[in-house]
Amino acid sequence: LYLSSKSNMAFTLYSLIQAVILCVNAVAVLHEERFLSKIGWGVDQSIGGFGDEPGIKVQLMNLVRSVRTVMRVPLIAVNSVCIVLLLLFG
Amino acid sequence: MDYTATQSVSRQRKLTYVDQTIDPEMRNTSMDGTDPSQLFDDTSAAPGVQPTGFQGQGVGTMGHPGRTLLSDPMSNLAMAYGSSLASQGKDLVDKNLDRFLPISKLKYYFAVDTVYVGKKLGLLVFPYMHQNWEVSYQQDTPVAPRFDINAPDLYIPAMGFITYILVAGLALGTQNRFTPEILGMQASSALVWLIMEVLVVLLSLYLVTVNTDLTTIDLVAFSGYKYVGMIVGVVAGLLFGRTGYYLTLLWCCISIFVFMIRTLRLKLLSEAAAQGVLVHGARNQLRMYLTMSIAAAQPIFMYWLTYHLVR
Repeated sequence: LYLSSKSNMAFTLYSLIQAVILCVNAVAVLHEERFLSKIGWGVDQSIGGFGDEPGIKVQLMNLVRSVRTVMRVPLIAVNSVCIVLLLLFG
Repeated sequence: MDYTATQSVSRQRKLTYVDQTIDPEMRNTSMDGTDPSQLFDDTSAAPGVQPTGFQGQGVGTMGHPGRTLLSDPMSNLAMAYGSSLASQGKDLVDKNLDRFLPISKLKYYFAVDTVYVGKKLGLLVFPYMHQNWEVSYQQDTPVAPRFDINAPDLYIPAMGFITYILVAGLALGTQNRFTPEILGMQASSALVWLIMEVLVVLLSLYLVTVNTDLTTIDLVAFSGYKYVGMIVGVVAGLLFGRTGYYLTLLWCCISIFVFMIRTLRLKLLSEAAAQGVLVHGARNQLRMYLTMSIAAAQPIFMYWLTYHLVR
């Protein structure tokens, strides 16, 4: 059975970039008030616990918050470029 | 100036009549003869000075239309502008590249010699006899890999990656499945898996808040060590068929598992746990699980990236 495609899902750097953009977009749309606080992942719920090290949940919440803060503006530019490229080249 | 003019004229008379192609670089090298890179270094003085020296000779010798290119002031200007742009661009690239890619730190990872590479390759396939896995330091900076076999390097992973692609092409060629595009596909696939693995390890190191001195480049180096085992497995598969492939891959998987555990144990776990003492506590347990999962991911990748090559 001589298939030309490998069973490694034919990864390219472009598909990796697409996956990263989609994941960062997904993190960026998590709203602070409407969603994260409701499930106990809000900013105010992570301040407590000044022990020696924070747990995984606190680290995750910090990561979500920092990604949302840092990537908000660059994501606008990257998404616009992506939309234009996809419209032009399919 | 006269001396150089006569010297160049005599040299040009030796050139054959065929050499009429307009080649300013060759003209420049024949002109001064000592500095072939003059085109890029001296942009201010050269173009204005030299053509006038040749104008006088242009009447005497005939049939060198390349001369007219340099005597034309517009092309002089263009050439001067172009070469000054090139040197400016080179300076800009040199200055900014050091901001994005830490070039000096990269140089540390390539400071290897043959003895180190040989010993490290032996260690990658047979790590069971090695006793001391600690990286030796010299005043807070790690010693170069040339002097310490436990230090990670980037030479073996880089060479291993390239060799893996070549061996994959060879393996596909023996099955009549080779096209030139497949080489590029293999390369980008393996690179993508490597980047994803390094990103996942970085994320998990961040989440578990391990205070370690492992840099990103160290992680790339550790992830690249598995290519050695993959190459050995595929070559064995080509020589001895599927059983040879499975046996050597099993051996290399176990070796890289032990290698990673012994290397990462010293870097990720706390001091007491690294000595082999069972330290209880959720944090140490988490770190132990992290080490084991990083080490266990290596054999999985080794199998995943090579099984389609050996049929």
